[in-house]
Amino acid sequence: MSSISTVLESKGVKLENQRFTWKEMAGKPISKLDDDAFTRIRIILLNGIEMDALRLEHLIARFNGELRLPLAQIRRVEQHQATMINWLISADHSPLETTIAYEQVAIEVTAAVAQTEPDPYQAQTYRFGLLEDFDHLYRYSAMLDRLEGKDANNILQSYTDIIPGRLTTEHHRAPADDLRNSYKAGEAALITKIHAALITAAEYQTHDYYMNIGPTFADPVARQLYAEIASVEEQHVTQYGSLMDPGESYLEKWLIHEAMEVYTYYSCAEQETNSRIKAIWERFLDYELGHLDTVKGLFEHYERRDSAEVLGGALPELLEFKSQRDFVRKVLIDEVNLRSRGAEYVDRSQESNASLEYRRHICSEGVAAEAVSAGYRWHEGTELNGKTTETNVNTKGEPVYE
Amino acid sequence: MNKHTQLGMNRTGIQMSPLDTAKLKNIAAEVPPDVGGNSDVLAAFRGKFVADAEPIGSVPVPGNLKGLVGTAMEKLTGHHIEVLVDKLGERLAFERTGVRLYEAILAKTSALEDISEPLVQALRRFRNEELVHFELVKSVLLQLGADPTAQTPCADAAGVASSGILKAITDPRTTLAQSLDALLAAELIDNAGWELLIKLAGHVDHTEWIEQFQLALKQEAHHLATVRLYVENEILRDSAALR
Repeated sequence: MSSISTVLESKGVKLENQRFTWKEMAGKPISKLDDDAFTRIRIILLNGIEMDALRLEHLIARFNGELRLPLAQIRRVEQHQATMINWLISADHSPLETTIAYEQVAIEVTAAVAQTEPDPYQAQTYRFGLLEDFDHLYRYSAMLDRLEGKDANNILQSYTDIIPGRLTTEHHRAPADDLRNSYKAGEAALITKIHAALITAAEYQTHDYYMNIGPTFADPVARQLYAEIASVEEQHVTQYGSLMDPGESYLEKWLIHEAMEVYTYYSCAEQETNSRIKAIWERFLDYELGHLDTVKGLFEHYERRDSAEVLGGALPELLEFKSQRDFVRKVLIDEVNLRSRGAEYVDRSQESNASLEYRRHICSEGVAAEAVSAGYRWHEGTELNGKTTETNVNTKGEPVYE
Repeated sequence: MNKHTQLGMNRTGIQMSPLDTAKLKNIAAEVPPDVGGNSDVLAAFRGKFVADAEPIGSVPVPGNLKGLVGTAMEKLTGHHIEVLVDKLGERLAFERTGVRLYEAILAKTSALEDISEPLVQALRRFRNEELVHFELVKSVLLQLGADPTAQTPCADAAGVASSGILKAITDPRTTLAQSLDALLAAELIDNAGWELLIKLAGHVDHTEWIEQFQLALKQEAHHLATVRLYVENEILRDSAALR
């Protein structure tokens, strides 16, 4: 394959030739046991992007009569791409195991983005959010261990650390402290725009997933834990969504989204290790290039601007799918005590009264994130592994009750 | 569909990534938990919800007591009829789902080439017997004036409990042995369920129900023994093939 900048020039597959059957959409899933965790990470990320494409394209349709037909045509394909991707997750993933995978996506992808983001403020925002998703992984890992008796590392495959980050209790902030400064459309690099669209999409999906599965848990602690973390994910959507320039037109945002989809599929196709899944990423890369070509035409027709004004400029390397352990550890050491006050990052001692008061009340009847992880330390094979040494046993190996 | 247990690239264990795992283990040992206590804190938190919980629902009031025969009515007086209706509702739901479990496993056997014909015949017969048991429980509920279309609390809870069995059997990737193993769990529950119903019928001294339930239990015991045998056969055959 050629470079991503050259790929963006390709016209891809024409929209009318982007077709599916139900059987291929509801096809064979990956193996939870045998596939690489990064294959699952790419699946979850790309599903999130497709779901966000639908979201954005529906919103645009609410405000633009003339664009409704092309939006509906592209949405039909995005819907079926999302289906084919999301149905790759096999049914033996419990919702909590899938949650572990979602947090791994948030950590590894946000960490990769934070390192290649050229705008220092935007990069700081990614690092800030990263430490919160990192903590969610630890709380959910404790939940998986103590509810289902399972080891989160069966899903994470040792790529991601399972230790406390910024305590989830402290993520609950007043809305004003979730807003961030946005990039300036005329000045920002294309990759900055792509990153903001990408991470917002991923967080939106995580929020929606937790909102859907949270109430399906019987365990009251899990129900409350999902309520708490879903609220933080909504804050994250606010945070990352506000990184984007509100002055961009709808068509401009659509154009950026399609470019982001191309960039992500290209990155996934280049690094995918499962050949069957790689073929899907390559096919959908060609589909997205078709979407991008269509939207370029619409942008130039309606806005009378050259799409290169938005899509021009150099792109850095591809989105990297690999363990970002060292980077995450460094951010954890350096920035765990950061908090946000308005759009600025400050020391924890300088949090706003509005956030402190909001947190004081909402946490006043107990916090599941703390209850589930009290004294929790990840151990291979779950915290029960090796615990029989702590239990009194007689010479026959039978427990002795005092 | 591959029927046999395979060696392969299972990546879930720590032995698959020794270098990454060493880093993970080291940091987990080094960084202490930031919330004190242990899993008892979770139990206490959970306990508060348990103490404050509402029941999942109620047993519907029998809408028609006309069908109740005189002697049965007398015998049932003084007994908590709702307990009987609840457990009958559970058995009815379980038998009805049981029919679907057998249909799902028959769909799986139909895709296998060297399947044992006696196994298929047995599965078909058991499927039909589950349907007969469903009809039996329905008729008893109607005699009590209860609504056999209602979902009782025990039916609901049992449905939740056995939802994983359905999932394991209907997953096209699970082997026949794995599916039969899940079915074995269902049959163990079913046998215990009929034993309990017989005791409940004994409480109200209803001879006819006791006899009918005993016949159902006898058939369920046969299902259990047969499914257990086929589970063992499948596993042992797989084991022998590996040798």
